[in-house]
Amino acid sequence: MSAAARPGSHWLRHGVVYAAMLPMLATVLFAYLGTVFWSVRVSVSSSRTLPSSDFVGMAQYTRLFASERWLLSLENVVVFGVIFIAACLVLGFLLAVFIDQKVAGEGVLRTVFLYPYAMSFVATGLIWQWVLNPELGIQSTVRALGFETFTFDWIATQDKVMYAIALAAVWQAAGLVMALMLAGLRGIDDSLWKAARIDGIPTWRVYMSIVLPMLGPSIGTAVVLLSVSVVKVYDVVVAMTQGGPGLASEVPGKFIMDNLFGRANIGLASAASTVLLLTVLALLAPWMYARARAARNGGHR
Amino acid sequence: MNTTTTTMPSQPLAPPNVARTSVRPRRSAWTPARIGIYAFLLVCAVFFLFPLYVMLITSVKPMEEIRLGNLFSLPVKVTLEPWAVAWSAACTGLQCEGIKGGFFNSIAIVVPSTILSILVGALNGYALSFWKPRGGTLLFGVLLMGAFVPYQVIMFPLVRAFAALSIFGTLPGIVLIHTIFGMPVMTLLFRNYYASIPNELFKAARIDGGGFWRIFLQLMLPMSLPILVVAVIMQVTGIWNDFILGLVFAGRDHLPMTVQLNNVINTTTGERLYNVNMAATVLTSLVPLFIYLVSGRWFVRGIAAGAVKG
Repeated sequence: MSAAARPGSHWLRHGVVYAAMLPMLATVLFAYLGTVFWSVRVSVSSSRTLPSSDFVGMAQYTRLFASERWLLSLENVVVFGVIFIAACLVLGFLLAVFIDQKVAGEGVLRTVFLYPYAMSFVATGLIWQWVLNPELGIQSTVRALGFETFTFDWIATQDKVMYAIALAAVWQAAGLVMALMLAGLRGIDDSLWKAARIDGIPTWRVYMSIVLPMLGPSIGTAVVLLSVSVVKVYDVVVAMTQGGPGLASEVPGKFIMDNLFGRANIGLASAASTVLLLTVLALLAPWMYARARAARNGGHR
Repeated sequence: MNTTTTTMPSQPLAPPNVARTSVRPRRSAWTPARIGIYAFLLVCAVFFLFPLYVMLITSVKPMEEIRLGNLFSLPVKVTLEPWAVAWSAACTGLQCEGIKGGFFNSIAIVVPSTILSILVGALNGYALSFWKPRGGTLLFGVLLMGAFVPYQVIMFPLVRAFAALSIFGTLPGIVLIHTIFGMPVMTLLFRNYYASIPNELFKAARIDGGGFWRIFLQLMLPMSLPILVVAVIMQVTGIWNDFILGLVFAGRDHLPMTVQLNNVINTTTGERLYNVNMAATVLTSLVPLFIYLVSGRWFVRGIAAGAVKG
């Protein structure tokens, strides 16, 4: 393989390699870079039903952030995201730690905690829509037991509906965090536990002060994965509440879809999706930086 | 996921860590702490299982029993009629054909999409790992960023491009879409797997006169069986569970099961047949649940290796 020895022969000799890479090249150029560029371009035009090529500066962005519906959807996704990520992390970590205590039936428990992750967000939303149904779901069941003032109507209450969606999403995704954390826990050397036992440190203390920091990379990965799914959340909302009651569970992902396909507002939707993209990049940047740094340090060791 | 190093934290080749039993704090007798651990796990198991239980029993109850409002009670009279209705007679708008059409549409979408996306991913990974084309690392880095771009951002331009190529709303169109969106993770999966194969093997095959395609088809692909299994599990469940791409790109004649399920439940007029709705939800979830239960640890391996999909 002395391509460098004979300049020019590299491309010729490896033509087949480059030919095989064409699908990937085309995908990157057209499906990813090209579309992002297109969206950004349309976001600074006055496009409504069809894309137009004029230039209106930041007008669509001004319009976007003057839209109450958009502001509401941002607020909703923040509420949803904070609850969803925090609950998934706490629940996933606790499940992993407790499963890691040499419990009987570990395999069964793992299967039980992870199976919702195999289900679609649509099915998740529909199941929870039924379970939380105020007339026939948990609320009515508990009331029938004699607790007549029991109230659990999050899904039908404007200022609580995001909690209901977060609950369903946590049910679906907490098992993923558990699986990631469990892999991290099993990677911790047993000598740590022996040392801690000799020093007489209580187990919970070891978990909080030593194990948790050691799981940093797993936690980072989990946070990034969960955050990205928060930014683009769509299916579960559509299935569970269709954005209702009223507009109370509107989210950015749905706002964009509605404006693209329902309300013929391409320029506005493109501005919104550009905002979404920048959010994802802002979330990714520190994580990628940390990983790149860790990789470099690891290489020098 | 990782653009600067050549290996992933969790090599798909390595045996999954979860399989190892740990030597954690010694197993002790029934202390309060042990009881607490089991109590917590039991409560959590109930939380995770009860929606499944409710879904299943609701799907075999007649509507009269459902109207009584006890979500958890076992059916007095078990009926399979809701399942039959869900499969072949439930209405979406004016059409009353159930979700069986969606089932076959989903199969028609999943099979070619899975095969094509895995083949392209394997080819990319193979070329990147062994032939190291110029600019390959950069290209791969950009591709991986693509895995994080929300669908909504790049969806509309693709709709227009597909319309211009007149493949919008066709089966080839939706297959191509799944191939495009599956490419980052599939490429990552195979690139990391091939990175764990000794380069000497590749060099020996080169010396024996193997060309690009021959080494790929006769040496590397047959060696990729473990990662192929992981990839098939990931793609089949992922594509089966997809909603938004099917909704936009599949076209009216190829709507996948998830979209039809949502239509059956959320666009009905008149009385809502909760038993039929839950039967339809069970039916739609059967394929991924079956794969999950059968594949066990392979499924977890896919999470570790390709969790990037999110």
